[in-house]
Amino acid sequence: MRFVIALPFLWLGVFFLLPFALVLMIAFGSNAPDSVPPVELGASLKNFKLLFTDDLYLAAWLTSLRIAATSTLAALLLGYPMAYAIARAAPARRPLLLMLVVLPFWTSFLIRVYAWMGLLDENGLLNQFLRWSGIASDPGTILGTEWAVHLGIVYAYLPFMVLPLYATLEKLDTGLLEAAADLGATPLKAFLTVTLPLSVPGIVAGCLLVFIPSVGEFVIPDLLGGTQTLMIGKVLWDEFFTNADWPLASAVAICLLALLVGPIMLFQRHQARSLERR
Amino acid sequence: MIGRARFAFTVLGFGYAFLYLPLVLVMIYSFNESRLVTVWGGFSTKWWSALLTNEAMLQAAWLSLRIAFVSATAAALIGLAAGYALARAPPFPGRSLFGGMVIAPMVMPEVVMGISMLLLFVGAERLFGGPERGFLTIAIAHTTFSIAFVAIVVQARLADFDRSLEEAAMDLGATPWVTFLTVTLPLIAPAVGSGWLLAFTLSLDDLIMTQFVAGAQSQTLPMRVYSSVRLGVDPQINVLATVIVVVAACALIFSGWLTRRKV
Repeated sequence: MRFVIALPFLWLGVFFLLPFALVLMIAFGSNAPDSVPPVELGASLKNFKLLFTDDLYLAAWLTSLRIAATSTLAALLLGYPMAYAIARAAPARRPLLLMLVVLPFWTSFLIRVYAWMGLLDENGLLNQFLRWSGIASDPGTILGTEWAVHLGIVYAYLPFMVLPLYATLEKLDTGLLEAAADLGATPLKAFLTVTLPLSVPGIVAGCLLVFIPSVGEFVIPDLLGGTQTLMIGKVLWDEFFTNADWPLASAVAICLLALLVGPIMLFQRHQARSLERR
Repeated sequence: MIGRARFAFTVLGFGYAFLYLPLVLVMIYSFNESRLVTVWGGFSTKWWSALLTNEAMLQAAWLSLRIAFVSATAAALIGLAAGYALARAPPFPGRSLFGGMVIAPMVMPEVVMGISMLLLFVGAERLFGGPERGFLTIAIAHTTFSIAFVAIVVQARLADFDRSLEEAAMDLGATPWVTFLTVTLPLIAPAVGSGWLLAFTLSLDDLIMTQFVAGAQSQTLPMRVYSSVRLGVDPQINVLATVIVVVAACALIFSGWLTRRKV
């Protein structure tokens, strides 16, 4: 048993935990374009100061949080009815319905984001459809706007929302709903007072699974957001790959981590508890 | 009752249309004669033959497949150990840290993990002169974030089945090791198998961490795809998407069959 614990413990300690210490160390250093790697160690706070005083970075933080929050909400509003409908479907049909939700997750994330590029382009299929059907003669371009980023996040992360919601809704005792109906509650009231409160664990898990990764999302804002949409994951990427400023990129990573450590711990505790309850 | 059925039908119809319409369109347009996505120029398989003779793309795919195989196998082993420890180990010091480290990579933004692993490899290069960035570093990075997914499936499966089977084996004189090999492992093998498949898929698809740790020499399939789609829609990528969706559907059906099969 000692070996069973030690193997993953050591692996994750070396390849997951230790690297964060390095990131922290580099974040206090400064950029040294002429040396390899381009870093000069130090103990300066200037990277962090820049992140919290420069308007560009502040805007990127706020945009990321806002887009992640509204996308999570949109995914919840779309995912909840889906999870509910699957949980109420005939038991024999549920595995197939569930599999259809999971399948896109098994294809490529990159490809799924890419699929929207051809749809949302100025002359893309969506606009062609809008013109052809006469709904809008001069539709604007969605690609390259925040709308496209929202759409991309909801699309890419929807399975993560539906699965935990389904897991809690499926376990829900339908006897409780019958009891509520017997006591005179309308279906809507029964839903609001029985189903919704009991599905809170699923809502929390689903929202965290969508919110946390989308705050630091890179591919979606890069491919669908164009140059207008500044999200923090893209800032980190550009600082690292385009400007080769490793210390500043590290400081962005540290701030992102500090921002998300609360939600991540919440998610971890939730996972542990839901497994113990089984 | 009819109202409810209609509600379910509408909701699911809309949801599945949203999920599948973009993919279906990409698949249809992989047979488009025209180079432009927006124009249907008639049926053609020329992009299919173009992709199948695209040497750079095939090489990248081959590299990705090998990395995925190695990292999925490593992640399955370590994830099995992690899931087993979480479900069965008595309380030990550092238990909550351990639990956190196993789960956190699941949601950790990839850019953060990418930069941290790169800094680790750069540091190792300075201290020990290696490993050289490429196949090995990519495989290590993929293994690290895949462990969580295997561990969770294994842990869930272990939480579901009766511990008395293991206790019975031990009462009959089996050592813990023999008990694990003859009772526990056969029961959780389907979970490990589907965890392996999931890890394989995740590795095959990963762009961000790979881009950080790949070094100058290695180009995986997602890196090729990314550098091509940045410039806009590419008919060859439509073909690749079609292949990926079909393969993923087969893998998922196989995985579902693995986990649902009663042992």
